[in-house]
Order: sequence, then structure tokens, then C-alpha cells
Amino acid sequence: MLAKRIIPCLDVKNGRTVKGVNFVDLRDAGDPVELAWNYSQQGADELVFLDITATVERRKTMVELVKSVARQINIPFTIGGGINEIADADALLNAGADKISINSAAVRNPALIDELAKAFGVQFVVIAVDTRVIGDKNIVHLNGGRLATEKQTLDWIIEAESRGAGEILLTSMDHDGTKAGFDNGLLKLVNDTVNIPVIASGGAGSVQHFVDVFQKTNVDAALAASVFHYGEILIPDLKSVLRENNIEVRV
Amino acid sequence: MIGIIRYGAGNIFSLTAALERLGIGYGMVNTEADLLQFDRYIIPGVGHAGAAMRKLEQTGLVPAIKALKKPTLGICVGMQLLTAYSEEADANLLNLFPIKTLKFPHKNSFKVPHTGWNQVFAEKENPLFENIPLGSHFYFVHSYFIEYDQSFTLSSTSYINKFSASIWHDNFYGVQFHPEKSGPYGETLLKNFSKI
Repeated sequence: MLAKRIIPCLDVKNGRTVKGVNFVDLRDAGDPVELAWNYSQQGADELVFLDITATVERRKTMVELVKSVARQINIPFTIGGGINEIADADALLNAGADKISINSAAVRNPALIDELAKAFGVQFVVIAVDTRVIGDKNIVHLNGGRLATEKQTLDWIIEAESRGAGEILLTSMDHDGTKAGFDNGLLKLVNDTVNIPVIASGGAGSVQHFVDVFQKTNVDAALAASVFHYGEILIPDLKSVLRENNIEVRV
Repeated sequence: MIGIIRYGAGNIFSLTAALERLGIGYGMVNTEADLLQFDRYIIPGVGHAGAAMRKLEQTGLVPAIKALKKPTLGICVGMQLLTAYSEEADANLLNLFPIKTLKFPHKNSFKVPHTGWNQVFAEKENPLFENIPLGSHFYFVHSYFIEYDQSFTLSSTSYINKFSASIWHDNFYGVQFHPEKSGPYGETLLKNFSKI
């Protein structure tokens, strides 16, 4: 059976991890490559790097990061953050990235999804969607949830799939940081609607939250950052609980 | 030394990085003369099988590849090229295996591309799967699959239907998954291939 995937997410700025990390064995907790290697040894199925570098050297630093990761890590990884054009994606693909994740650039220019899928294949194109509830509607947000758009979340995801998205990374900004669990209602709705893999993000605080998201929504993967970085959840423990709950995971 | 067939279909950085980590020597094959320098070959490939076949034909290497007698491993689309035909753009391929590459049929709750880690079961004794337990997970990402065939399937996996995770005939091998992205067992498989 196809296994459900567990995906740690690393925020990176100028080649260094941004959020605090509380791993005991790391020589350098700010080194994304060492952290990534550690996660791959723990049994992470995939990694996401979110690069928030804002300098003119951004593409170059991202390419260097991707090359270092691809040299040393034997699991797939996605890189996102500030990818605006085909040339960005091309440079990252040639540096060894398995997938790229696009967020704001796709909202501003949806045809970018078509172009990327045509140039590199749908499997390379992850559309990241940040959503927040306004009134009784889920609305797509940009800039880390600060800027509301006019797009309704489900409509946008359906459009992204039809344009060539190969995977959806859906982050609930209402749940993100709360450690109160994933937004299972919305995730189930999205997962039942699209025919491409869905990664759940935002709200993981306990092992039970991962059990819940897989059992209640049947999403393909679950992503988290701080619970892994601070060692609150260890991936081998998480996977053994998922297995006890008859959720297929990679041993 | 492994010769990697260069024909412009997809990125090989991750593959060469994996070979370097494992200490397996490799070089690039651009011309027929280059083939002589190596004792085994990998045909990589990502993307569209029909487009990949056209690029391979443009290199002029097709007759020489079909005549290879040394161990040769196709990866992902590189594996699909070894089959007779792909439903992707109705393309005729190398026909080293008289079997077909088909599109996953639509089935509720099964998403396409088949993306992620799935279990692989070797069905024959072969050194490629030495020290790899039955049911180990490998990383897949593909929308077309190679039909199951008792004569040619070396290992199988199941998604929507049972299909070939790997194929084997004489000196030719193919794997649908990405060994260079499949954790320790993927590395074991690459090591095994380097010693076949």
C-alpha cells in the first residue's frame, strides 16, 4: 500500500534555518543540511524547505542550498519561497530539487502553473495555499496569512489542479501555531474534491493530531515544523503510533 | 564504472550525488564510442516518455543501446523506454521488453500521479534485490505504469492495479521508482546494480 508521508518543514533564510531547533545531537542547529540529514535518518519521508531570503542573491543562495541537500540526503524534497518564473524553477530542478512549491506567484499569475507543468511535468509543481476563514468562507491569503485575496480556497485549489498542479500543500493559518490539531473539515473537503495528493499543514501539536488527520480526511501527507524541531514529537514514535492505528507508513 | 546515457531527459544531479555518496564510479555517455569505457549503464529519465524517446533517437544511440550486452538499468521514464510502447503520446519505444507502458485508469480515491512510498515485492531471485526485504518501501512518482507480466516483472507493487515496479530480461533492468530518492534500500539497490 502507498504509505502516508510525514514531512518536516524547515524555514531557511540566507542559507540558515530560522526557527529555533532543539535537537541534542546537532553540531550546528542552524545548518539546514545537517538538520535535513538528521530528519532523513529519523525516518522522515520527505522534506520541505521554505526559503524566506529576501536579498537580490536569493536565487543563488537557494540553488546552493538545494545542491547541498541533494548531495547529502536520500529522500525527496521540495523547495519553496519566492519562485516567480520558469528560470527560478529550472535552476532549482537542475540543482536536484524534486519539487518546487509556489504560493503568491501562482495566485498573482495563475498561468505560471500551466507553464511550469508544461515545462517540467505536473509532478514537479506543488501549489501551496494559505487559507484563513473570513465570515463563513475559507479565503486564500498571501504574505503568511496577512493579506486576504478575493479567491475562495476550494475554488482556487480546483483551478490550480486543472492548470497542472501535481500536489496541494494546504496550510490553515487559523490552526497554524495553535497546536490544536489540523483543520480536518476543510482538509477532508479538499481531499475528496481533487484527484492529486494533498499535504495537510497547520496545527500539529500531538501524535493524536496526525492519527486524526489521516483517519478523518485521508490526506496523503502531513507536514509540521516546531513539534519536530523542538523534539516534542519524534518521527519513529509518531510512525509507530500511526502503525498501531492501521495507518500505512514507511518503516 | 557506470556510464550514464545523456540524452537531455531530465535532471541527473540527484542520481550522480547518490552514486558519489556510495563511492560508485560513473561517467557520461554522449556518443557510441563512449559506451566502450564502461562496464554497465544507467538510462535515467524524467518527464514525458514520448518526448524522451525522441530525444534518445536524436542522439543516434538507439541501435547501440539495443545491442548492449552489459548490465543496463533504466530508471523511471528510462525504464519505460525499454518497453515496446507507451500510451503517453502513443509512442513506440525501444522494444527490449515486449510489454506496454499504460496510463493509470481513473479510480475514485486513487490519485494520479502515484506519488510517495510504496511497497515493492521481488518475485524472482535476482542480485538487484539482494539484502532488500520483501515489502520494502521505495519512492515513486509517475502517471504511467508498466503492465504486470510474469515473464518480465522482477518486482511488483500495487496502486489501482498490480504493476511492474521493476523488470528484468537478460542484461536489461528497469525500475519505476527512484532508487536515488528511496532511502537506504534505494542505495542498496544501486550498490547491487554496481556489482551485477
